[in-house]
This record gives sequence, structure tokens and C-alpha cells, in this order.
Amino acid sequence: MGQSQENNTSGNDTFPPLANLQRLAISESGFVFDPVSGHNFTVNETGLFILRLLQKNNRLEPLLDRLTTEYDSPRRELERDVLEFAGLLRDYVGE
Amino acid sequence: MSTKDNNNASEPKKKPWVKPSITPLRSGFLNKSGAARHMIWRDNIDGVPVSKLLEDFKSPLFVVSEHTLRQNSKRLRKAFSTRYPDIMFGWSYKTNYLSAVCNVLHQEGDLAEVVSQFEYEKARGLGVPGNCILFNGPNKTRAILERAVNEGAHIHIDHLDELYLLEDVAKNLGKVVDVAIRLNFDTGYTEQWSRFGFNVESGHAIDAAWRIAASDNLNLVGLHAHIGTFIMEPLAYKAQVKIMNNFMNEVETKTGCVIKYIDIGGGFASMNSLQGIYLPPEQVVPSIEQYAEAICDTLLELTHERETRECRRPTLILETGRAVVDDAEVLITSVVANKHLPDGRRAVVLDAGVNHLFTAFWYNHDVVPTRHLSGRPEETVLYGPLCMNIDVMRNSVMLPPVNVGDTLIFSPVGAYNNTQWLQFIEYRPNVVMVQENGKVSLIREAENLEIVTQQERLPEHLKNPYPKGTPRNFLTTPK
Ligand SMILES: Cc1ncc(COP(=O)(O)O)c(C=O)c1O
Repeated sequence: MGQSQENNTSGNDTFPPLANLQRLAISESGFVFDPVSGHNFTVNETGLFILRLLQKNNRLEPLLDRLTTEYDSPRRELERDVLEFAGLLRDYVGE
Repeated sequence: MSTKDNNNASEPKKKPWVKPSITPLRSGFLNKSGAARHMIWRDNIDGVPVSKLLEDFKSPLFVVSEHTLRQNSKRLRKAFSTRYPDIMFGWSYKTNYLSAVCNVLHQEGDLAEVVSQFEYEKARGLGVPGNCILFNGPNKTRAILERAVNEGAHIHIDHLDELYLLEDVAKNLGKVVDVAIRLNFDTGYTEQWSRFGFNVESGHAIDAAWRIAASDNLNLVGLHAHIGTFIMEPLAYKAQVKIMNNFMNEVETKTGCVIKYIDIGGGFASMNSLQGIYLPPEQVVPSIEQYAEAICDTLLELTHERETRECRRPTLILETGRAVVDDAEVLITSVVANKHLPDGRRAVVLDAGVNHLFTAFWYNHDVVPTRHLSGRPEETVLYGPLCMNIDVMRNSVMLPPVNVGDTLIFSPVGAYNNTQWLQFIEYRPNVVMVQENGKVSLIREAENLEIVTQQERLPEHLKNPYPKGTPRNFLTTPK
């Protein structure tokens, strides 16, 4: 675990590479612009919260730790929804 | 006020979790009409909480509103009886023949409109006398015709073979039977249902009338036609009434019969969205009063001269189906799973599919959640539980993220579902009726293994699936 912490430019494979996440322009209202692909997205409030966290650290466990303190929902449920969200992120900003 | 909350200040209140979503904005993709959809939800049926209904009767669940059903029937009756002096209604069994639904409508004064031996027997079984039955359909056997003649049902002859068969039946029973013939013709508005009845333009209809006039055992007293279903143009009915009135005058003059009733069938559209029609039903579906006006004004005017001849105006019979029952029933279904399709669309798997909601093949039903859903509406596909590609409940609906266990209400579903549904892969669910006093009664019990298999018979040599012992356990390596 300690090992990969240093190595989190790619983190694990759950989320897109950190660099991809960090290049996204994210507005307060949830509009997301990817300057490389030129694509626009909207995220809901939760999506916005997660994207902001992911721009700092794109690893799953710390994200879930944070979400469990923030949201009123069991960890496995959060994980399930985050994994699905991650799948979309990989599709949209993965390459 | 907030002091109570502050007592728990040591543990700050956590936010409710809403599934995260990300939606690509493609040009031409922004869906304005869907924007407000997530604002609407419905948590009760006629005052009975959806949660209570599901607790008592499980999901999925069909719920009929007795109140709406009676109101629809009363409104239809009023719209027509205030515009034409002599009106009757026949409840189109095929549209929804759940016994409770039929008897609500019989109590409102409807005759039974049946199209098969089964529907005939069902009406009789409910206590409807033969002379309150309108008997349509192209497949009437000798046996059921004999019963219908004996019981005084109103038989609407569909084709020449039926005419000869019925004549024979009447002769054998030593009776003279009052009959109607079904007509088909071109109104100029709808696709012709020319496979049913006798064609007017080609002269087949007048031939049939002549043949009946020549019979010692048949007596032509009625004309029937049903020009189609979900007809959104009231002028189509105006044209229908004109053609039927002209034909009435023609047969009476030529054959000397007296036509006592004109039955114009059903076909009024309900407040539902046909696939391929993009305007909301509120904008394209005429009101019952608009249909009534087109039909009654025309018939009243055309039959005026009959009164001057001291000849009775014909009774006008309607067999309105979907417009009466469609919005009196909803389907409550639960979310089983969330998915994302490879193309990025959100998909939701529901516990009710096209096996239950057969009309999902041609309608875009209205879908609302049963609680306020926060989150941004996204384009979502709603699938049923069948492992078949065709099992699509809604191809595209704007819906905020939903959770497993959330419930959605599909409406209107009262027409042609509880009759055309299939026992396919799943058991068919309970159907309940919310009574006008707020009580809920089970009106059709969900199927179970016993019910579904009770008609099957296993030949003796097939009683055992593995008479020579079970196949090997394929998880172990064979020796
Ligand atoms: C003879 C006849 N009458 C009445 C109906 C009821 O039609 P709707 O539900 O369109 O009013 C039908 C439907 O097909 C029909 O065939």
C-alpha cells in the first residue's frame, strides 16, 4: 500500500491517469471541459465532489474513506456507485 | 428550533448519498423536454401509499383505480347521452377482462362486447344475461352460436360463412334471429380494417343484406363497424357515421328491413404516447367530448328526417375500450439494477417487463418515480427482467439516478395489458383495485408454480428427469 502511494500518477487502474483528471476544467455548477478531447460533460453534485477529490488523488481507497465520512450510506454501496462512475470516467477521459 | 439537532453536534450530520453521474453534452443532445421530469413524482394511488401497496402485494404490481374507471365511464356516458337521445355502451372485453373491471363497467350500465367463445362464457359467468351481450368476432363456432341464439345475444355477423352457419343454427332451433352485420368501408382517414365484416363500396355488404332478407330465420336489425383503434381524428367518426347512415337507408329501402341500431365500435385514443408521435398526448389526443360532438351532431342531423317519417332513430352503440380503462390503471415496478451501456447511456433493470406490459411495444408510457429524485436527469434506458433483447420498457427517458429498490410508476396501462400479457419467463404479478372508499382488494392473484404448471400433464415415461442417474459433476475432473 505504501508502495503505490508514491506511484500514484497512475494510481491503480480504477480511475483515469491523474494527468487526465487534472487537465479537466471543472466549474462550480458541474460543467466539465476536457481541453484535449474538446468534449463537454455535466456532473451532478456528487460527481463534482468526487472529481475534485480525484484531481488530488486518483486512488479508490482514500476516496471511499473520505466519502464514508461525508455521506450517509454504507461503504459497499458507495463503492458500487463509485466503480460505475469510474467506468464512465475511463470512457470519457481515459485516453 | 435547532437545539435538538445541535445535541448531536459531536457527530456532524452526513449528507444523503446520491449516485454520482457524468453525462456527455453532445450537440443536439441537450433534452429540454426532460428537464423538468425529475420534479414530478407520485407516492400514492388514490390516497393509498405506494409503499403500503408494495408491502402488502409485492412488486411489480398493477393497480386499478375504481374511482377513475367509474369517472371515465360516467364522463363518456354524459358526453354522448347529452348529444343524442338513444345511447348504449358495450364494454370491450378484450381491452381488459379482469372480472372486477368488467363488473364496475356493467354496474355503470355497459353491455358486454365479446369476440370469442371465451369472452362470451366469461360475460355469462359474471352474470351478464345473453341479451346484454354484443357478439362480434370472426370465429364463432356452431356450439357457441347455438348458445348465443338460445340466450338471445346480439350476434354481429362477420362473413358469409358465418351467415350460412347462423342461418342453419337458427333453422335447427326453429327460431327467427335478429342479427347485425359488420361493415367495413373507407372513411378516408384511417387504414381500412377491411378483413373484418362485409365491404360497403364493393357491394358485398348489400349482398349480405339481401341474403338475410331472403332468409326465413334471420332478420337484419343492426349495423356494426369498428374502424380501428387509437384514432386521433374525430372527423373519421363523422365519415363513419355518414357511411353507415347511408347504408342503413339503402338496406331499408332495398330489402325492407328496419335497422334498430348502429354500433360504431371503439377506437378513441387514450392519454398515452404512441411511439413515433412526439407531441405529448395532451396536445394530440381529442377529448371524449370532441369525439361525441363529431359523432352525435352528424347522426342527429342525418336521422332527423326519419322522425318526419315516424321512423325511429337508431340506437347508437359504442364499444369504447382503451379511452375508458387506460388511465384507470398503473404498473408499479422496482429497480433491480443500474448499468451503463458501452455507449455511455444509463440503463436500469426493472422487475416488470414487456411480458407484463405488452403495450410497451407501441407506447412510450409515462414513467415517474415514487419519491423526489435529486440529481441531474440523464438519458436512461429502462429494461425489464427478461433475458431477451426485446424487453425494453422505455427506450429513452430522462431520469435522475435511481437506487436499487426504488420504484417507478408506469401509466396509463389499463388497456390491452391484463389481456395480452404473457406468462413468459416470470410469473405474472398481483393486480389490485383501490376502491372508492380507499380499501384495496386483490382482483387477480399473482401466479405461482402450481398455477403455471397445473394444465401440464407428464406422460408416465417422462416422470423422472434422470432415470439412469444424474449426469456427472462437471466441476470435477473426469477420471
Ligand atoms: C369490435 C371491437 N370493438 C371495440 C374495440 C375496442 O377498441 P378501443 O379499445 O380502441 O376503443 C375493438 C378493439 O379492437 C374491437 O375490435
